[in-house]
Amino acid sequence: MVDSLRRLSGAAFQLKRAKSVRPMASALVLWLAVYLSGTWAVDKGNFKTCDQSSFCKRQRALKPGESPYRALLETMELTNTRLTLQLINDNNKVHLLLELYRLQGNITRVKINELKPLKPRYEVPDVLIREPPTEPLSLLSQDENGVVLSLGVESQRVIISARPFRLDIVEGHEVLMSLNSRGLLAFEHLRMRKDTQADPEPEKKEEADPDNQAETAKEEEEKVEEGMWEETFKSHSDGKPNGPSSVSLDFSLPGVEHVYGIPEHADTLRLKTTDNGDPYRLYNLDVFQYELYNPMALYGAVPVMLAHHAQRTTGVFWLNAAETWVDISSNTAGKTVFGKMLDYVQGSSETPQTDVRWISESGIIDVFIMLGPTPKDVFSQYASLTGTQSFPPLTSLGYHQCRWNYNDQEDVQSVDAGFDEHDIPYDFIWLDIEHTDGKRYFTWDPHKFATPKEMLQGIMDKKRKMVAIVDPHIKVDSNYKIHNEIRSRGFYIKNKDGGDYEGWCWPGSAGYPDFTRADMRAWWASMFAYDQYEGSMENLYTWNDMNEPSVFNGPEVTMHKDAMHGDWEHRDVHNLYGFYVQMATAEGLIQRSGGVERPFVLTRAFFAGSQRYGAVWTGDNAAEWDHLKISIPMCLSLGLVGISFCGADVGGFFKSPSTELLVRWYQTGAYQPFFRAHAHLDTPRREPWLFGPENTALIRDAVRQRYTLMPYWYLQFYQAHHTGQPVMRPLWVEYPQDPATFALDDEFLIGRDLLVHPVTEEGVRGVTAYLPGKDEVWFDVHTFQKHNGAQNLYIPVTISSIPVFQRGGSIIPRKLRVRRSSSCMEHDPYSLYVALNPQRTAEGELYIDDGHTFNYEKKEFVHRRLSFANNLLSSVDLAPDAQFTTHSWIERIIILGASKPSKVTLKTADGQESHIDFEFDASMSVLTLRKPGMNSGADWTVMLQ
Amino acid sequence: MSSRFHQLLPMLLLLSVGVSAVEVQRPRGVPLSKRQFYEEGKPFTCLDGSHSIPFDRVNDDYCDCQDGSDEPGTAACPNGSFHCTNAGFRPAFIPSSRINDGICDCCDTTDEYNSGAACQNTCREMGHKERESLQKMAEIAKEGFVLKQQLIQEAKRGIEDKKAKLVDVQVVKKDLEEKVEALRTVKETAEQPEKEAKERHLKAWEDQKALIRMEKDKARMAVVFLELDDDADGLVSVSELLSHSELDPDSDASFTEAEAQGLLGGVDKVDTEAFEAVWNNLKEKYVSEVTTYTAAPVETPPEEVREPASDNESEQYPEDDVQEDEEEEDEEDEDDDQDDADYKVNPLIPSFAFRYIYRLCPFNRVSQKPKYGGSETNLGTWGKWAGPEENVYSMMKYEHGTGCWQGPNRSTTVKLTCGKETVVTSTSEPSRCEYLMEFTSPAICGEPPSRDSEPRDHEEL
Repeated sequence: MVDSLRRLSGAAFQLKRAKSVRPMASALVLWLAVYLSGTWAVDKGNFKTCDQSSFCKRQRALKPGESPYRALLETMELTNTRLTLQLINDNNKVHLLLELYRLQGNITRVKINELKPLKPRYEVPDVLIREPPTEPLSLLSQDENGVVLSLGVESQRVIISARPFRLDIVEGHEVLMSLNSRGLLAFEHLRMRKDTQADPEPEKKEEADPDNQAETAKEEEEKVEEGMWEETFKSHSDGKPNGPSSVSLDFSLPGVEHVYGIPEHADTLRLKTTDNGDPYRLYNLDVFQYELYNPMALYGAVPVMLAHHAQRTTGVFWLNAAETWVDISSNTAGKTVFGKMLDYVQGSSETPQTDVRWISESGIIDVFIMLGPTPKDVFSQYASLTGTQSFPPLTSLGYHQCRWNYNDQEDVQSVDAGFDEHDIPYDFIWLDIEHTDGKRYFTWDPHKFATPKEMLQGIMDKKRKMVAIVDPHIKVDSNYKIHNEIRSRGFYIKNKDGGDYEGWCWPGSAGYPDFTRADMRAWWASMFAYDQYEGSMENLYTWNDMNEPSVFNGPEVTMHKDAMHGDWEHRDVHNLYGFYVQMATAEGLIQRSGGVERPFVLTRAFFAGSQRYGAVWTGDNAAEWDHLKISIPMCLSLGLVGISFCGADVGGFFKSPSTELLVRWYQTGAYQPFFRAHAHLDTPRREPWLFGPENTALIRDAVRQRYTLMPYWYLQFYQAHHTGQPVMRPLWVEYPQDPATFALDDEFLIGRDLLVHPVTEEGVRGVTAYLPGKDEVWFDVHTFQKHNGAQNLYIPVTISSIPVFQRGGSIIPRKLRVRRSSSCMEHDPYSLYVALNPQRTAEGELYIDDGHTFNYEKKEFVHRRLSFANNLLSSVDLAPDAQFTTHSWIERIIILGASKPSKVTLKTADGQESHIDFEFDASMSVLTLRKPGMNSGADWTVMLQ
Repeated sequence: MSSRFHQLLPMLLLLSVGVSAVEVQRPRGVPLSKRQFYEEGKPFTCLDGSHSIPFDRVNDDYCDCQDGSDEPGTAACPNGSFHCTNAGFRPAFIPSSRINDGICDCCDTTDEYNSGAACQNTCREMGHKERESLQKMAEIAKEGFVLKQQLIQEAKRGIEDKKAKLVDVQVVKKDLEEKVEALRTVKETAEQPEKEAKERHLKAWEDQKALIRMEKDKARMAVVFLELDDDADGLVSVSELLSHSELDPDSDASFTEAEAQGLLGGVDKVDTEAFEAVWNNLKEKYVSEVTTYTAAPVETPPEEVREPASDNESEQYPEDDVQEDEEEEDEEDEDDDQDDADYKVNPLIPSFAFRYIYRLCPFNRVSQKPKYGGSETNLGTWGKWAGPEENVYSMMKYEHGTGCWQGPNRSTTVKLTCGKETVVTSTSEPSRCEYLMEFTSPAICGEPPSRDSEPRDHEEL
């Protein structure tokens, strides 16, 4: 008790100085209001800068130069699947072991660990979907300066230079990537503590292992720097029994001026150089009122960076779950456009180059170098390592209505009725933390949600669904079943002294289950069984929030790094915690249905591989125009690293949006993968119909546009699930050779066929969209007006405008009969939008299954290729071995850029021919075929004559 | 593929057991009133006049008309509507998108003719229920109106009693005043230095109070107007005024029309604006029809004897607000088994509906007090009538309550309905710091219409 009080007063002290933490955390200390009023952005003082993170400071103090590391070629061993050799640091004589693998699909894996660490160093488990299959490496040449290995693909080779150690991947004469070329490989080996007098806590003395003692004795005396053995931040101290353990490596990318990825940051799509500020930080944190356009860490971390230039795309996956910082510098960054032109005119020999340096606090160096060469190849390569986006239930691609909080069952019922009354479709209504009995997850407030099944049945009767929040912090309360079970099974994370770690979160004092344990995850999953999770039903899904994990009174609002997960420190696993929470939850939803139903789980924290378990949102944003704008690059960056199911809180979480902002946000959100409105407890209500009939109509229209496109969204997710291609894509992914697209992040593509440039600025009368593709055309989806590609198009807009274009050459299936939820539209007919390219051809696909089970894995689906050429539109089976009966049919076919036919004939699979009525709009060259009526799953051909 | 075939209703439609109605032949989903536009065999002209189509394209599950009028019985048009006859209940239009969506919308089940949804005809039941509830409401209105009359009588008697008591009290008061005077002399000599500052302070307060008083006077005027306006035509007439004999200018027991007209400024009827001009003629003598609420005191003690403190304290002393809030937040802590200080971290207002006592003092203020001790929070002071235009007196708005942390000032909307009892039936907080109360009282009941209003029963036979 005394201890907890002491910690509390520490927390209060922190609050006072810091002014923020979590909104609610500070809310109670009301005298704080005085300090708080007026401050709106994040309090940076609550979060570490590189200088305040001792390993980052130490590492960053190292400047490029000659590396102290040397490859001991005589130790090289080459087997069929891997090469190993030792590296030695000439300064301290510590040996490292380098492992090099050639993986299937043009990936090179480089691992560096201590040859004989004092104790094992953490290697990230469970993120790779399997041990990646290798391919043979062959030695091309070797001398005392180095070795050359063939990577098998084309003329790709790996050159390992011995003195100093450096690794280059080349293709022909072109260097694709160099490792340690700037000499920033730095591996802090584990060591015994020597400055014992500086240790204030004698009980932390380590057991000395005589063997290792001998090993370390050989080392040169090394300087003990401040922060190596313990570190304090604000009132928090981090005892570091293992001492310094950080790792760092540099990568040089010749020819590259554009790098992307390493989410999550509230920053532009194209990453900036970090020379004049902090590096990009990857450390999952609950950041209160995050600030835009800076490299601070946010809720999730995916240590994957893509590098792109007109000829090639590559990627680096740095598999490390500890706190990580990424420095980016560029030799062209400082140059003006004029300077670059001068270089060009003068024939300056300097090629552009981007240098990247990764620094992590612990673990090992384990890097996957994905060599492309196209963006699509990189996506497949990354997917082969960490898996693809889970295939979500169709309904979860509809609109989600959330608020912190819907107060009670009557409130839920009346919001549900409001959607019907105003004829706005929605699929999911959400319950935030207040639905629980005192923030005890898996329970219901006995007064406000007394009969949850009755409520869920009411929702189900409308063919709609619900999501309830289940956070990973567990209220310490001996009357709470979940807590008692976790405690008695020893499933809680432990503090450094071996007791259950306790922190402050919504329920007050809370424990944090150790999700890194497979047995804990299995138990957690079992809690979602219908007989365990009382009041749950099959239309109840789950939301995992606060899983960074958020600890209100912890350092940087998260867990102490010296907390223990079995033998590992929290330091080692931090960025994995949220990944595991979502994994266990998704597994629970699958299990409760006997493995039949696809789960839907939303998470705030994530890591590489999180795409396998559900959706992600960009956390607690704010009702500001810049936050609307940043939702695009934030989700694009996530898509590039595999996480396609991304969205931002529509309307903005904190603060109250103006009506215009709210409408624009709906219009933007309707074209982003995860489409959910959400609002803070303190904000006024903002259900879509509360802003007058005109705005209700505008929001209704935006939501309906989403629903008409559900078949297209579903197809995109099916493809993402199979190929790892992002659903929401930056333009450069589809136009990799067009430099005009490389930095665009105010517009984006959905799949490859829809280009969206939402209006994200207040009061504007027009936007300028770049339409890519030199020989392409784009059709305005609302007016069918045709525009040429490779131009900046000015589009006049009104408050109802959502500029969206369909690529000429594509066929997009829609369902125009928008109903109150997507489930209600299941059997409805399709309308095919055929947009012809200048060659008068077009292609598209149609995918249909039951929308919610795993039966598609058993080949129960319809997958058709639709193609138009030579005035014939036909549907052919892409999966002849698949079986699925659909009731839906083809209602109309709209051909954009068509000429007027004299007659139109439908030929069905049985050879029967029939005439089809049509209408032709000469002004827009739009041909509409009326009610051809064939089944969507059948073979057919339509002939224009 | 059945969705491809168009459907015309059969000649006879057996609606439900026991009830068989002859359905006039017309395409599915068309109301009787529009039947003449859908003539079988003749080309159909979209109701917006945009173009004509062969009749076999009506209800053929393809949308030909922009206005959706060619598909009254299918879901083909995004903006169409479907008419359900709902024999036994009320006919209704539903959006076309609800046809065959698997959800029963029409009580006669006609919207789900091809979805496989197992709908049951519930029209008779619903009609019955509706008639019952309307009847009940009519009864309440009737009884409520009677109660209202009684209340008025009681109030009148009450005033007489009070007047009598007042005389007694005044005697006592005089006594006490003399004592006070004696004591004051002693006190003043002691307090001279403090006095000046206090006087300045008091003056400011008095100014504000005057303002508040003016607001209250206006509010009362609005109420009086409403009360006087017996026929709710938005005008107060001479005859309506006559029912208030206490207004008789010469108090001669005969309140004449001429006198009443004089009070109204020489005209027969006044609207709200004109009423304002003549308000001074009435306000002294007017006795409210509604004076007692069992729930809470309406009358505040005479302001003259009050110290400038309690009632509007929060307006005067914002720093006290914070104090108050802090205490309140303490009260909101959920767990009693834990150290109080610990719970400063937990910011949320828990199940307030079960933890607070809400108090409504009509035309004065709304407040909230924790059940288990703690100070009161002002949820708004009387602001204005806020009902919809056609019934502005159906809702009250109380504004400018205690400020919320990082949020707006608390406010409360009170919905008024006629009922037999004067009682607050529910309180909720739909949005943070915006409260909603439902309040019933006979005082709100209007005179029920002379004949019972039965639900209109369009059975379209």
